[in-house]
Amino acid sequence: MQLTNRAKVLEKKPMTLAERAYLPAIFQGLSITMRHFFMKKATVRYPEEVRPFSNTFRGLHVLKRDEQGRERCTACGLCAVACPAEAITMVAGERKKGEEGLYREEKYAISYEINMLRCIFCGLCEEACPKAAVYLQPDKMAPPRYERDEFIYGKDRLVEAVSPDERSVRGIQLTPDQATTLRGKLQQA
Amino acid sequence: MIELPALGWQSIVIFVVFALSLLIATYCTYAERVIAAFLQDRVGPDRAGPYGLAQPLADAVKMFTKEEFFPGGANKALFVFGPCLAMITALMSSAVIPFGNIMNFGNNLFFLQGIEVNIGMLWVFGVVSLGVYGVMIGGWASNNKFSLLGAIRAASQNISYELAMGMALIAVLMISGTLSLREITLQQSVAGEWHAWNIVKQPLGFIIFLVCAFAETNRTPFDLPECETELVGGYHTEYSSMKLGLYLFSEYVNIFVVSAVMSVLYFGGFNFPFQYELRDWFVSNQGWELASAQNLITLLGTVGLFLKIFAFIFFFMWIRWTLPRFRYDQLMRLGWTILIPLAVFNIVLTGGLILAGVI
Repeated sequence: MQLTNRAKVLEKKPMTLAERAYLPAIFQGLSITMRHFFMKKATVRYPEEVRPFSNTFRGLHVLKRDEQGRERCTACGLCAVACPAEAITMVAGERKKGEEGLYREEKYAISYEINMLRCIFCGLCEEACPKAAVYLQPDKMAPPRYERDEFIYGKDRLVEAVSPDERSVRGIQLTPDQATTLRGKLQQA
Repeated sequence: MIELPALGWQSIVIFVVFALSLLIATYCTYAERVIAAFLQDRVGPDRAGPYGLAQPLADAVKMFTKEEFFPGGANKALFVFGPCLAMITALMSSAVIPFGNIMNFGNNLFFLQGIEVNIGMLWVFGVVSLGVYGVMIGGWASNNKFSLLGAIRAASQNISYELAMGMALIAVLMISGTLSLREITLQQSVAGEWHAWNIVKQPLGFIIFLVCAFAETNRTPFDLPECETELVGGYHTEYSSMKLGLYLFSEYVNIFVVSAVMSVLYFGGFNFPFQYELRDWFVSNQGWELASAQNLITLLGTVGLFLKIFAFIFFFMWIRWTLPRFRYDQLMRLGWTILIPLAVFNIVLTGGLILAGVI
């Protein structure tokens, strides 16, 4: 039954002698693979050898500090609003007395999380940030992990490190309650 | 023919030949992966050892530590015997291949060959044809319909290509008039000329032999016995651990043996061009004794033979990563309606040329 007029009659030419003998085609194939034997390899020995990233590459996020080592992020939430994948969540807190060296503005992020499983690395958070706090590093990829919850990056892994000691005290991802407790300890010290 | 001692120095040579064929077959697995990678613009194994050279060792450890598995209802004895038979037949045929001429130390003569028998070619052919039993028994004992189908395919393929192979061989035997591989080799070296290799006299026979060699070793494009798509793997579907390893490994031993046989039959074996001129040059210009000069030539010839064998092994792998598999009816048609008539034609042609005194 003919349904449409678009059917094409396929022309099946009888094969020539060279085609039927297959040998020319085989030799052609062999020459192609032999050419590839000497070609530059398309793969690299990855962990030892890393390909240069392109100029427009957007990789793992970083929360920048200013020139005095204070966190730039004020937890305004614009990055979270701009994020099309809704990968960013944060809890804002008020800077207390004595923390002027830690946070740049009166408001700061107590916790700041990016879900790398949701993130599409579009860079819109970077564009949205009025404080130039969040950046997508052009030379670093989010490393592979085995567990899903290891892909949720908190401040411990996002904030630019000043020195290992300071990071261990401040960088841990905190709930507001924990932050209050920790703040009390810091003020005593 | 010279009488050989059953034991003694010759047994060292036998041991070396045995170890060598195993070693080369082991590194064939590595070579296959590297060549496959290079042909496909990849890097290949490079984690185990320098350039991945310990890869065969790692593979062996993996094979040995995998789970031993016997399918329900399988005949256990036959199930184990199958891969053993495949391996035994593959190794046995390397015994008669002459890897070098005679080494001469004083009165001690070394044949660089496992055993020198005057039915060498018949031995290789008989033992190789037994190899199909390994596959057949393996497929039968698995108690699996797919494995049995794979084994039957293997059996019919091997038997049909053996016919053409034997007929291609007859033409060589007609020229040489002997079954001894050493004799065939020695006849291919004539002082003053190097083109006495049988490939010049038997180009058609060589091509037939080459195609059949691919089919005999179950290599692509004739690897119908194993087939992931239709047969869930083929005759070794039910095999695991080192039993599977033996099957795969015997394939590489077979490749080595077939490459050696082809080098010996068609490419002059351990002969290389201008060997007599080189020997005479050492004797007359360097003042060497004839025996030591001959020993050097023998060693060089052995190296030359191995280069030929490696070239063939490379060719096997090159083909494998170039050509796709045949369809089974195409395979059978090629064997029965093209190769066998061609081989018969080659026999008639050779006979005519011998009668005419051309070769």
